[in-house]
Amino acid sequence: MINIEIDGKKIATESGSTVIEAAHEAGIYIPHFCYHKKLSIAANCRMCLVEVEKAPKPLPACATPVAEGMKVHTNSAQAVKAQKGVMEFLLVNHPLDCPICDQGGECELQDLAVGYGASASRYQEEKRVVLPKDIGPLVSAEEMSRCINCTRCVRFGQEIGGQMELGQAFRGEHAEIMSFLGEQVDSELSGNMIDLCPVGALTSKPFRYTARSWELSRRRSVSPHDGMGSNLAVQVKDNRVMRVLPLENEEINECWLSDKDRFSYEALSAPERLTRPMVRQDGKWQEVSWQVALEYVANGLSQISGGAGAAHIGALATPHSTLEELYLLQKLLRGIGSSNVDFRLRQSDFSMDGKQAGVPWLGMPLAEINNADRFLLVGSFLRKDHPLLASRVRQAVKHGAQANVVHSADDDLLMHVANKAIVAPDAMVDLLAQILKALATEKQASVDAAVQGVSVGSEAAAIAASLAQGKNVAVLLGNFAQQHPQAAQLQLLAQQIATLAGGKFGFLGEAANSVGGYLAQAVPGAAGLNAGAMLAAPRKAYLLLNTEVELDCHDPQQAQAAMYAADMVVALSAYKHHASDYADVLLPIAPFTETSGTFINTEGRVQSFKGTVKPLGEARPAWKVLRVLGNLLKLPGFDYDDSESVRDEALGGVAVAGKLNNGLSGITLQLPSAASSGLQRVSDVPIYAADAVVRRAASLQATHDAAVPRAVMHGEELKKLNLPPGSEVKLSQGAGSVRLNVAADDRLPLGVVRVAAGHAATAQLGAMFGTIVVEATSGSGA
Amino acid sequence: MLSDQIQEKINRELKKYPADQKQSAVMAALRFVQDEKGWISNDDMADVAAFLDMPHMAVYEVATFYHMYNLRPMGKHMLTVCTNLSCQLMGANETMDYLKQKLGIGLGEVTADGKFGLREGECMGACVDAPLFTINNKRMCGHLNAEKIDQILAELDSGKSGGQP
Ligand code: SF4
Ligand code: FES
Ligand code: FES
Repeated sequence: MINIEIDGKKIATESGSTVIEAAHEAGIYIPHFCYHKKLSIAANCRMCLVEVEKAPKPLPACATPVAEGMKVHTNSAQAVKAQKGVMEFLLVNHPLDCPICDQGGECELQDLAVGYGASASRYQEEKRVVLPKDIGPLVSAEEMSRCINCTRCVRFGQEIGGQMELGQAFRGEHAEIMSFLGEQVDSELSGNMIDLCPVGALTSKPFRYTARSWELSRRRSVSPHDGMGSNLAVQVKDNRVMRVLPLENEEINECWLSDKDRFSYEALSAPERLTRPMVRQDGKWQEVSWQVALEYVANGLSQISGGAGAAHIGALATPHSTLEELYLLQKLLRGIGSSNVDFRLRQSDFSMDGKQAGVPWLGMPLAEINNADRFLLVGSFLRKDHPLLASRVRQAVKHGAQANVVHSADDDLLMHVANKAIVAPDAMVDLLAQILKALATEKQASVDAAVQGVSVGSEAAAIAASLAQGKNVAVLLGNFAQQHPQAAQLQLLAQQIATLAGGKFGFLGEAANSVGGYLAQAVPGAAGLNAGAMLAAPRKAYLLLNTEVELDCHDPQQAQAAMYAADMVVALSAYKHHASDYADVLLPIAPFTETSGTFINTEGRVQSFKGTVKPLGEARPAWKVLRVLGNLLKLPGFDYDDSESVRDEALGGVAVAGKLNNGLSGITLQLPSAASSGLQRVSDVPIYAADAVVRRAASLQATHDAAVPRAVMHGEELKKLNLPPGSEVKLSQGAGSVRLNVAADDRLPLGVVRVAAGHAATAQLGAMFGTIVVEATSGSGA
Repeated sequence: MLSDQIQEKINRELKKYPADQKQSAVMAALRFVQDEKGWISNDDMADVAAFLDMPHMAVYEVATFYHMYNLRPMGKHMLTVCTNLSCQLMGANETMDYLKQKLGIGLGEVTADGKFGLREGECMGACVDAPLFTINNKRMCGHLNAEKIDQILAELDSGKSGGQP
């Protein structure tokens, strides 16, 4: 510890910290622009000048390390003179356009100018003009004359986002922030630059000019998207969500948000919102009252359970639903005598059901990811599936951790990857077996007999060698691995690898409630059919909660066939969607901002939130809808006063931590015998196609990440098929086919076609994994 | 694409730096490009970025920061006249005016035949030779007067001597 004195206050602080850090820790404010606690030190704005005794001139507090006995004055005549001087310089070129600036009211420069600026300018000459830039649909760079060149945005890209899309070109008077050749900023974390920009140079395109910061009320909420459960400050005006900002939580999202979390709010007031209950009568949709709609549903369910039997009723929910919704859904189903309920819609291997020791989870707190020194990332589109978790891995790698990747695609993770094995999906199990065997050799440990036979390739050996040196190993299964048809085998192998390496094993939760779904018991158990089975063997009635089967299910073809064949489909949805073709009842439910509820994130953290605005139109929170449905069906135990009592019942008063367990017992390792023939499908779920809300967020849909999917293959495969890149092909699985343009990506393994799932353009295809036929269409090919 | 010669030169440069700090060679790499082509296009910057494993924007930052990198063609013989104080006192303005009139171009322009380009530069630390200009940033000509300028231009025009000293 180092003892210093700031403004007469004695402070003991860590050696190596800077004056500004020590001051802020002690509650002493030092004005600053370029300094940010999560970014490297640039010391280019000079706003933080302070007087340090015995130093010949004012020093920048952000770049001055503390030293024993140092005496700092942040408020002395010398310090204030320096700060005022800097402010005058900053304002020399800054436009005086606060009244029409979107940042007005929340501008760091405006605030500090009030404190340190003079009331009039001595500068008479012309101010410099920096031309506006178009850097994409999310971040506006229209008023770059306001930029004070603090380079926070640039450093964010380099250090946190992992890609330097913005930079400071030219110099001195001519310096300006821009992208190379005016390219669009594509980072999935780009919105954070808006928060970081201390002035109104970078602003939010969707939010611009819609409200002033002081008109907004701020309510806390939790992101419904990925498994992280980022904390949100939802800002509301006139009962409408105007924008979403991060709510700082060091253990989860730190001070960041992914663009998905930040900009998806646009979908809350999208024109596709379903606002009235609707029933199909004689083939035509009629708006009806809640009473009529719910009675229709209750009668329908009673008829089917009384006739064909309750086992003919199934319920499918997405893991973006709240704990309360999922809990009541399964309680309702079980109440009428069916256990066919599931939220794991994109999963295809259910062989672990009944063999799990507890609820599958991350296996560690999120914050611990930063401390790992070796990663094995199995089957994960990490950056797009878990943008902020990826940034934690990136930070760890920056500090010397080694990332090892086993996957069927090789998208740039924007971090150094030590070793990777990119193989077709049907070779993944074998690859993990190789790693396990190699690791056992490294560790001189005995190993499962089933893997003795595999021959270890160089990639697996390199990964094993990397893991063997780790002191803090994290083996993580991504969405792709969890959706894989041999998911249980992958898990078993990955777990053994983690155990041998003395590390931790975990699942990267796909959605906000991937852990919560289990705790809500929204799984079939031994008595019911899982998501795959209840579509493979069609039911007579389906309840869909937040689910668009053609986009959310592992096999959309099969799912749609089941819907069209059913006698009754009830869709509880916040949006009008494709269900209007096959459903009989559409019930408008509230998205996350219009209901109270709970998400349990991938690390098992229970986060409850309240509604931030009133439900739109006649939409109602789904937990209330299910409660009334329970009452109409005369089921016991459906009299809840509030969502909290639903949550408490769901969690049963037992700490969640005690229920989290990735253990599997009773499954034996079985390595696949022969590789499959033909081209295999590799599916990612594009970042802005993953759930019902983001699919309707207009600005996110205008990004490059939301472009129409293409059929991507290794250049060699394209050559074999005689297909020039860009040509159109027909892709077929089972009875369905779609037409997409092809693209080459030589980082893909041979023998695969990458075709996105979760997108309307591919909804007529079959399972996310398995063989797929590619044919040239007339007019394409050579 | 970077020519084989440029790649070879960059590779030689890279030996000076640790393997994980390839970006240290960016200034040299840009110089090699300009030596060969006379200027550095955006495509060249992208190629240098790919070669050195750097973000495009990082190369762009460097290329736009330094005055001596040409971001557009500046003619076969680019004359950079120092216009800082010592040179001005010794007649740099007259030198500049004479060159403008003689070549028929303004500052930052290139003659129609692409032979000569004219720009101004900052103190080259050679005030003792003022007034002066450099040819293609390589060869410095000092103690300039009309006669001497005529002679240098004629020599360059006849192609007897290039930019190299
Ligand atoms: S755009 Fe904003 S964040 Fe970026 S350098 Fe300028 S003032 Fe700083
Ligand atoms: S905050 Fe210290 S120089 Fe900018
Ligand atoms: S002022 Fe021209 S060389 Fe120094």
